[in-house]
Amino acid sequence: MSERTVLQTQQISGHPGPVPGRGTQRDLEVCKLVDTTTCIGCKACEVACVEWNDMPFQPTTFDNTYQTMPETNWNYWNLIKFREHQREDGTLMWLMRKDQCMHCGDPGCLDACPADGAIVKYANGIVDFHQENCIGCEFCVSGCPFNIPRFNPETKKVYKCTLCSDRVGQGLEPACIKACPTGCLHFGTKEDMKALAETRSKQLREVSGFKDAGVYDPEGVGGTHVIYVLHDAQNPELYAGLPKDPKVSFAYKAWKSIFKPLGLIGATLGFVGVVFHYVFEGPRREQPEVPPTKPQSPAGRKEA
Amino acid sequence: MATSIGRWQEKEPGLFDKLGHTVVHEGELPRHSVYTRFLHWAYGICFFLALFTGFATYMPFLFRWLAPAFGGPATTRMLHPYFGVGFVFFFGLQAINWWGPMTWTEADSRWMGRLSQFLRNEEAVEPEDVGMYNGGQKLQFWEILVGSIVFLVSGIIMWAGARSFGATAVAVSYILHDISALVMLFGIFFHLYQATFGQPGTIQAMTKGTVSEAWAWTHAPAWYRQMTGRDPRQALEQERQRRIARERAIEQLARSSGPGQPPSGRS
Repeated sequence: MSERTVLQTQQISGHPGPVPGRGTQRDLEVCKLVDTTTCIGCKACEVACVEWNDMPFQPTTFDNTYQTMPETNWNYWNLIKFREHQREDGTLMWLMRKDQCMHCGDPGCLDACPADGAIVKYANGIVDFHQENCIGCEFCVSGCPFNIPRFNPETKKVYKCTLCSDRVGQGLEPACIKACPTGCLHFGTKEDMKALAETRSKQLREVSGFKDAGVYDPEGVGGTHVIYVLHDAQNPELYAGLPKDPKVSFAYKAWKSIFKPLGLIGATLGFVGVVFHYVFEGPRREQPEVPPTKPQSPAGRKEA
Repeated sequence: MATSIGRWQEKEPGLFDKLGHTVVHEGELPRHSVYTRFLHWAYGICFFLALFTGFATYMPFLFRWLAPAFGGPATTRMLHPYFGVGFVFFFGLQAINWWGPMTWTEADSRWMGRLSQFLRNEEAVEPEDVGMYNGGQKLQFWEILVGSIVFLVSGIIMWAGARSFGATAVAVSYILHDISALVMLFGIFFHLYQATFGQPGTIQAMTKGTVSEAWAWTHAPAWYRQMTGRDPRQALEQERQRRIARERAIEQLARSSGPGQPPSGRS
């Protein structure tokens, strides 16, 4: 972005040594890195999330796994999804994935949302819901390839992870990052997190024997601002249904932005049509038509 | 001559006898019962309320100014499906009511073949086989019926949302709902035009419930024959002759009434 470079100092007169700050211009886009290979499923991030966002804990359902509840909720935005996976050699793996909003580069919820200002995407990549503008239509739920937005039937508004936009805006890391005890969660610029994730994947491939380890940063939604390191990047579905190639639906892309406005123009042609018909063909009157009133011939004027 | 005012009630639910009645004046034919008219305006109002709330909610880039009239965007969105259900409910009753007269016949296929002549007003009166509704009216009726079903099914899917029906079903419904709305909007302009400016004398069929006999033999000759037992073309010709005779009589009267009168302009 140009405005970031406009005021970046390049040279300083009479200044000894290197120009301070030069070359340290960072990528504005933030990113959360979730290293699923070091998650121990302690749920500290879940607690930190409900604490920071001041959401009361709700009664939950125990489904015989190490999962707090079956799905995220309108007041529970961050859930460690637990799956037991049997590998080809018969050994078991516990896959734990922190499920929350992915903060897509190309957010499907935002494309689907018809309400003015209900969903915003900040320049740093955070996608935020503004409930005061939400009309409760739930199109974001169907537009999201990750099934994240959650509807509160009482307020008729939709909620989801904000990536702690209130904290990040003040230069703090998100609450979940602060709470994580294993260092499985990282927060920084997209570039840095991407590099860190690649390094970790390389380590997993070369040292730890996870040949398919890799980074999950799906291109189909323009990359995400929450990225994963997975043991098996070829099969993200194993991690509680992480979509392999998420995409924003045609309905909220081409249809909404191109074909629907064209259709509206097409429909107004009906109006244009009847106006033209009235002007050029005229109405169709009952027969026999009442003849036009005879012009009152003024005295002296000869009629045709 | 016949009595100047005749009262006519067709068979219809008892409630609607109390709601209103249809007065058929001389030279008129009863066309729509109170029940039919009630249904028409009920779903007509629902249609426009659903249209405007739909516009305000789902095309806000052009129509967000409509939302305050319905109590703000959230309320507008909340009301829209109820208006839609109202529209489908009343139109559904009308569809049952009109199922018989709207049945497609050979005459309607012939009418559709002559659509371009109709649009260009090439013939002053409709062909003799055009009944109570012409092919165009029937086409619109069936379009609205199919559109209503699409509205209802896709609307319920979107109303319950992706939580109940899944993201794909909602996305597909979104497109189908839009298409149905756009097609119906396209059609409604023709309906409004034909009922008012396009064919003067039509709208009273849905307000008073009657049309003039001249309207009937012009726009629905076969229906005229069915209602009166008279030949529509003959009736038209008789009326024409009657008017010419009347014109002549007036002229003669003017001529004989003395030199003070200015001569008639008619040569």
